[in-house]
Formats: sequence, structure tokens, C-alpha cells
Amino acid sequence: MPVGGNKQAAGVTELAEAIVTSPLSGREWDVSGGSSRMLHSRVLTDYSASGFAKIAALEGGNSLEYCFGCGKCVPVCPVDLVSEYGPRKIHRAVQTGLDLFKSDELWKCTTCGNCLRVCPKEVNMIEVMPAVREVAMVEGTIPDELQQIMEKTFRYGNALGENPRRRPAWTKGAGVDVRVLASDPSPVDVLFYVEDYWSFHPRGQQAAQAFARIMTSLNVDFAILGAEEKTLGDSQRLAGEKGLFEALMEEVIDVLAKYQFNRIVTPDPHGFNALKKVYPKYGHTFEALHYSQLLAPLLEQIDFQGSLEATVTFHDPCYLGRHNGEYEAPRKIIEAIPGVKLLEMGRCRENSYCCGGGGGGMWLDGFNANHLSERLSERRVREAAATGADILAVACPYEVSRFEDAAKSTGNEGLRVMDIAEMVDIAMRGEDWRS
Amino acid sequence: MRIVVAMRQLADLVEELEVNDEGTDIDREFVKFVSNEWDEAALEEALTLKDELGATVTVVALDEPDVDQTLYAALAKGADRVVKLTGNDPDTWVRSRERAQRLASFLAGESFDLLLTGVQAADDLDGQLAGILGSLLEVPHAAVVVGVEGSDSKVRVIQEMGGGLLGVSELDLPAVLGIQAAKQTPRYAPISRIRQAMQTGEISEHEVELSDASAQVKVRRLYPPESTGAGATMLKGSPKEVAAEIIEIIKSKGLV
Repeated sequence: MPVGGNKQAAGVTELAEAIVTSPLSGREWDVSGGSSRMLHSRVLTDYSASGFAKIAALEGGNSLEYCFGCGKCVPVCPVDLVSEYGPRKIHRAVQTGLDLFKSDELWKCTTCGNCLRVCPKEVNMIEVMPAVREVAMVEGTIPDELQQIMEKTFRYGNALGENPRRRPAWTKGAGVDVRVLASDPSPVDVLFYVEDYWSFHPRGQQAAQAFARIMTSLNVDFAILGAEEKTLGDSQRLAGEKGLFEALMEEVIDVLAKYQFNRIVTPDPHGFNALKKVYPKYGHTFEALHYSQLLAPLLEQIDFQGSLEATVTFHDPCYLGRHNGEYEAPRKIIEAIPGVKLLEMGRCRENSYCCGGGGGGMWLDGFNANHLSERLSERRVREAAATGADILAVACPYEVSRFEDAAKSTGNEGLRVMDIAEMVDIAMRGEDWRS
Repeated sequence: MRIVVAMRQLADLVEELEVNDEGTDIDREFVKFVSNEWDEAALEEALTLKDELGATVTVVALDEPDVDQTLYAALAKGADRVVKLTGNDPDTWVRSRERAQRLASFLAGESFDLLLTGVQAADDLDGQLAGILGSLLEVPHAAVVVGVEGSDSKVRVIQEMGGGLLGVSELDLPAVLGIQAAKQTPRYAPISRIRQAMQTGEISEHEVELSDASAQVKVRRLYPPESTGAGATMLKGSPKEVAAEIIEIIKSKGLV
């Protein structure tokens, strides 16, 4: 709901007059309009459980009705801070008649996972939301802008709708040789799965180039799939397109079967999540690493030519941290860079705020503009700027563009947004990040 | 109501298109093909009519690259039957007249009330296909249609006219309509449904022999527009500087 930049006050109905008398002392307390509500039996008959039946029938949909209304999820929900949201509120809305399948509420969840972390009943919105979205899509309810992304992903194998043959175009500016397996299919140690935004987005390409230079200087034996690579499509899956995810997976598996490699390294926590948690469920097991996990143990081998001389704050990607438990690797990298002081934001690690890009949020900017008082990325950039840091360091390909835009729109243009690979690369080569 | 939708495949414009060595066509090797977006609007309008009135929707297309994907997607969206017309060379440019003749040859043996197709396509910006079809089939034709309301014997069509005007006409059925836009955005076909259609759906094939292939338009030369010398001004500088310059230009033209 549009909230005009402010959170709405809770709508609580209180008794206008209420007096409580102690049976022991006879003393009276005036609790009019106060906590008197607590002393009456609550009306629990104004809902029915029927709204849950259709949701509970879906695979992964049954946990929504486990909710007993404690509300722990609401203050940690990143969407609630800029709107009215959270699993407990969704639960209550369904109880009182909301048809989640047709509601705009369905598309606001970023599947960041902070609610599940605190939920005593393990209401799992990361399973509930995609399951309901999948049905909504079949029934014809999908925001237009998301529909276009799904069609592009199906047609081109990437969410940006770019020509798949241009996928390896970024390698030209890397300044080092990047082996493409199609032209040299000999066995390789690290298969560098570049994913969409590092392949096609101009700022992502810069990070991909930096990472290629770092791996080369560390003598890592790596190669890419080039034009044969397709997105792993984890965010498309969480946005409700399981069929698309499965279609992509079949093609990915066919391509991977052609080559010999030891491990897959990807900069994209979403792709990493797919390889680590979802592919095995379909019987496909690979050793998958986030690029921070590859780099962290190798950093002492880097001969840094310069020093960054900057204060840095770090944004934990939801799908690296909360979903896959990796908080240390990116921090080790940042702290290993000479001249860096790491300042943590109030919300960090397990309780990190969400950039808004997960679960399809990356592609719902126009839709969300009608529902949120500000973008999640804008809220997060304010938090980063409040630390006084020079650089907001990121470790997810979605985030450089999201946060750079947010820095501009919130008047925090002085805050530089950089991928940790870019920071390492700059210090390694002795360049000045300010230039 | 029996509705037929004619769809066609075009080179995907994300490709960098090049003219072939003979200078008569685009170089079709390695180019990806997609369905024409106006045909997608025609399909959506047909499916909307089906939802509103009850109708059978048949989609028909010539044998062109990746056409199966378009036909399966049409089945996934709700088409009742899809037909691929064979007999043409899938790797050459079929011009509007030949396309219309091939479609008409098939439609001669079909009973239909409404034939919908995209008003134009990237390789037919004159919007001739619907008109030629109307002529060959000897049925009424309307172009640049942005809305169709039907009954069993007549349709009311809303057409986009020049100067921002809309016109409303009534046509006897059967009729051919060149669709400019559907009443709503073309619907989404979930990938699981497309895959299901690929497994269980059937594309029926129908061979078309063209009896009179002589009267076709021949392409003499295809080429990118030649530079007239008076090109655009390219703004140089950082994004900030360029943005500032654009704002200056907009202001100086009195647009803001």
C-alpha cells in the first residue's frame, strides 16, 4: 500500500474507559485506552482457516498456517520498514480473507530469509512465496515487467535480454587471457560461472575483468563457458518460475557434461545458492564456491602494489550470508587489502538488510514504486552512508548497479560502491580508487 | 466463433543484422528468429475473444526458423490447434504476397469467422499481409485494429486513424483484421506449460504447393540507409556532462 514515505500507525482499538480493581488491596487502576485490551478475552472468531487450504496444498506451502502470531518476523522484514509487510501480517491477511494468489502482496517478498531466521514456528516464506507465485503465473497473474524478464530468460538464457553470443564480450577488456572452454576444452581446475550481470552489465563487466586479473595473478587455472553459459536462474525460480529454472537446468547440465573441471566458482550468490542447495535435489552435485570463498584463502599470495586508504563498509548478500552461512570470506578479503578500515553497519551478518534484488525484486522496480515508500537499496545506502565509510563494498553482481543508483537518488553520491574484486584489483595494481 | 491467427517468424532484433553477399536478404545464418510482436497481439486478441465469447483458436504459420517454439507457446497460452504450413524454403525471405497466397491456400479448406494477423512486421512495414489476404479470400478487411468486439455474424472493430483519432466500424463475417494492439498485454505462458505442450501438444502439418509462383516481388537490392551527411550530433564527455548538455538543449528548445 502507498504509505507516502511514512510508516502507518498501528490501528489498535482500545476501550475508552476501563478500571481494574485489586481483589487484595481494593486499589483501583485506571487503564482506559491503555493495556486494558490485555485483560479481555480476545475475539478469535473473526477469521476462517479456509484461505490457507489452497496454499497448504502446494509443495512448500503448508508452513504459512503454522504462524501463531508472535510477530518476531515483522521488525526484521526489510519490506516492512518501507511498507506494511512481513509473514505475520500476510498470515493475518489470509486469515481475514486476502486471496494471496491475486494480491500484489505476493510479489513484494524478496525471499531474503530474515523472517525464517527468527521464526519459532519455521514458517518458510522462501518456500511459500515461490509456490504461490508459480500458481499465480499459471492463472495469469504476473506483473508485466517480471513477465518480460521471464520471456527474455527463456529466449536468451539471460535476464537482460542480451544476445547470448555476446556473453564473453567482457573478456576483451580484462587485459589477461580468459580461456573459453568451447575453443579449448582441455580439463580445467576452476570453471568460472560468470552469470548475467557480470557478463552483460557494464559495471558488472568491470568486476569480472578485475576478478579475471586476480585469478591470473594467483595462477588459478580457470576458464569460462562463454556463449554456452546460461543463467542458473535461481531468482527466476524464487519469483515463481520453477519450470523455467528446470528448463535452464537441463541445458546447463548438458553443457557442463561436455567439460572436465574440479569446481565451479561464481560471483553470484543466487547462482551459488542454486548449485549448492537446489541442484543436488535434482541429483546434480558440483563443488560450488562463491568467488569470495576461492579468494579468501589465497589472499596472502597477492603482492599488493598499493594501499587503498579508505574506510569501507560491507553489505552481506542475503544468499551468501543468511542462506548459505558465509559471512567471513568477504570480510577476510576486505581486511587483507592494505589501507582498509572495515566499519560494520548496524544491520550486518545474520541481520543484514536486504538490497531488494532477491526473489524477483531485481525486476520489479516499477511495480514496487507503487507499494514501497522507498527502495530497499535506498534505505540500505543511507545506512552505509551513516557509517561515514568511503566505500560500500559488495559481493553480489546485483548490487553495484542497485546501490550506485540508490546512492545518487538519496544524495549520497560521495559514497563509492565497489565490488570486493574491484577493490583487490585496484590495490594489487597500486592504483588509486578515487581516480 | 472460429478464429484463425496467422503468425510469422522474424529475425530477432537483438542480433546485429547483416546483408548477405548477394545484397538481396539479411544473412540468415546464425540469426535467431522470434515471432512478430504484432502477431503476438493478434493471438492475444483472439484468446481474449475466446475467453469472452467462447471460440476455437487455430494458429497457422509458415515453416520458418524456430516456428515450433512459437506454435507451442501459442498452445500453452490457450490456442486449440496449431498448424505449420510446409512447402516454402524455411531459410529464405517469404514476401507478403507469397505469404498471403500460402495462407489463403490453406484457408480455402478451412471454415473460419475471423482471421487475425499482425498489422505489420519488421519485414513488412507497409502492412500488406492482411489486405492481400482479404482480397484473395474475398472477405472484408480492416487494418490497424486496436479492439475487436464480436458476435456470431458481425464484429465491431476499433481502428487507429491518423491524427490521434479512433474509428469504429462494423464488418460482416468472415473478415480479416490487421491487429495493431490487443486490449491487454499479451499473456504469459509459464515455461512449464510450454514444455508440457512440447511433450503432449501436436503441430499438424499441411503442405502448400504454390501454383502461380511467377508473380512474386523480387528483391533487387537490400541495403542499410545511406548516410546523407547530415548526421546526428554526438555528445561527448562524462555522463554528467552529457546529461547537463541534454538538459540545456531541451531548455533551449523550450520543451521544459
